[in-house]
Amino acid sequence: MTAVAVTLPPKPKVDWVPLAIVPVLALIALPLVGSFSTWVTLTVAALAMGMMIFLMASGLTLVFGLMDVINFGHGVFISIGAYLALLVLGPMAAWVASDSVIENVIVLLACIGVAMAGTGALGWAFERVVVRPVYGQHLKQILITMGGLIVAEQMIHVVWGASPIPISLPTTFRGAFVVGEAAVERYRVIAVVLGLLVFAAMYLVLNRTRIGLLIRAGVENAEMVEALGYRIRRLFVGVFIVGSGLAGLGGVMWAFYRQTLTAGMGMEVNVLIFIVIIVGGLGSIGGCFIGSLLVALIANYTGFLVPKLALVSNILLMVIVLLWRPQGLYPVAKR
Amino acid sequence: MSEVLLRLEGVHTHIGRYHILHGVDLLVPRGELTMLLGRNGAGKSTTLRTIMGLWKASEGRISFGGQDITAAATPDIAQAGIAYVPENMGIFADLTVRENLILAARRGEIDPARLRWVFGLFPALETFWSLAAGVLSGGQKQMLAIARAIIEPRELLLVDEPTKGLAPAIIMNMISAFRELKAAGETILLVEQNFTAAKMLGDGVAIMDDGRIVHAGTMAELAEDAGLQQRLLGPSMDTHQ
Ligand SMILES: Nc1ncnc2c1ncn2[C@@H]1O[C@H](COP(=O)(O)OP(=O)(O)O)[C@@H](O)[C@H]1O
Ligand SMILES: [Mg+2]
Repeated sequence: MTAVAVTLPPKPKVDWVPLAIVPVLALIALPLVGSFSTWVTLTVAALAMGMMIFLMASGLTLVFGLMDVINFGHGVFISIGAYLALLVLGPMAAWVASDSVIENVIVLLACIGVAMAGTGALGWAFERVVVRPVYGQHLKQILITMGGLIVAEQMIHVVWGASPIPISLPTTFRGAFVVGEAAVERYRVIAVVLGLLVFAAMYLVLNRTRIGLLIRAGVENAEMVEALGYRIRRLFVGVFIVGSGLAGLGGVMWAFYRQTLTAGMGMEVNVLIFIVIIVGGLGSIGGCFIGSLLVALIANYTGFLVPKLALVSNILLMVIVLLWRPQGLYPVAKR
Repeated sequence: MSEVLLRLEGVHTHIGRYHILHGVDLLVPRGELTMLLGRNGAGKSTTLRTIMGLWKASEGRISFGGQDITAAATPDIAQAGIAYVPENMGIFADLTVRENLILAARRGEIDPARLRWVFGLFPALETFWSLAAGVLSGGQKQMLAIARAIIEPRELLLVDEPTKGLAPAIIMNMISAFRELKAAGETILLVEQNFTAAKMLGDGVAIMDDGRIVHAGTMAELAEDAGLQQRLLGPSMDTHQ
């Protein structure tokens, strides 16, 4: 009777349930929508929208996870990113209208490059000037980052004027593929592919590199990462800059999707991205991805089926998810 | 007594508006295991956190290997050669056992010989190498936390109540691991509530009460003097476990 029982820990399982909700939701919507081609159009639109929301929200969830910073100013980078595209679209107007695929692609890539570099640099400054003085003080963070958002919106009015600015997609990306009876807009497919690429890249960095390992550890227990000899502040600034750049990328993509620029577009999406990161589980990139898709699917289906519910549908989604999993779909283990 | 590796002189610590440490004086000689004892709430964990720079000393001086680290940032203190196992173990639950250990290896790779030595101390870690640390049992997590502190050679280990909440068999396992660390010449400052474990391991001992060191001497001397134990630690030291 001296044997010490060796308790075998359970095999860790991938938590498939939140993942499964996405296709299940889409399938449930099919009979409700009725027409297959309408359903395809709605679903592709939702997937494209979901990817763009993911781009915009992913930085925010890591910023919160690493340093407990609530940044209501994240929408700044979305609007500014979108407006920065004008710096490219103006001088390169001929290439936007051109029939050359290469020229069109270059224009799009240039817009993305300028937007990401600009918002990344702005993120660096925003972290220093606005966020750093209020580390650890949530109420002040909310107030001052909100203030930052309002100031940035007014700055856009000053620089680019108050009225909406129409922008056009480069020729190649206009129009739709016809699949059976369904029309699938080209640009939406591009948005989906781009979103998937960014998600895959983030996943690889987080899971296969040392920096990623430090970020995942820091999201769980920043203090312990410091006690192991790493400067969490430096990591945080890096994440803030990349997250701002991705929000800028999301902003450009979103602007082309709507083909209009408005100074308030960042503010409008702000609420949505906060819902996404709460639904996904604060600090979780996988959760943020699933959350983005769910929010977009729900918004598109209800917008079609019961337009009156479209505005509240995402709040409803958040309530239901939180009743089921109070820490979000993929809770991050916190110290 | 050999060379002093860590020295605290008149260290005061405030947490918010609470005054927790009231002038702590403590010496940790190189190559020895120094026990830090005291009732719950005496300030032992706060002392370790202050050494690590996780709380800042408001007064007094902490020197490590002759270098003043009183105001140093936590990562610098760690880089200077202090490894820390907090009371809550500080395990990264979503990371695997392997990833937890790799993080503690500053250059990103673990020395294979050192790893074999650590596996020898804590065989469970080899068994559960690629499992998420969150699924380990309490004792296994504690072993991982200690393994993380010793996966590379450091000058000083700070360990906060490693036997807390563990079953007696696991405690014995832990004690023999610390014996082996001592044999390897490690310098250790160990906080413990379990007096039996303390007696078996300590070279030197310091006893805290109410944010001060109220006794310092050798463990052998304290172990023999039942009256001193009674006065300093109360009758119920061993019932804590
Ligand atoms: N974060 C904190 N905020 C306020 N008081 C604290 C905090 N941490 C510890 N204390 C107080 O400091 C005193 C010493 O605590 P601690 O160092 O944890 O004692 P020990 O480790 O010896 O049990 C206790 O009275 C405790 O209540
Ligand atoms: Mg304690």
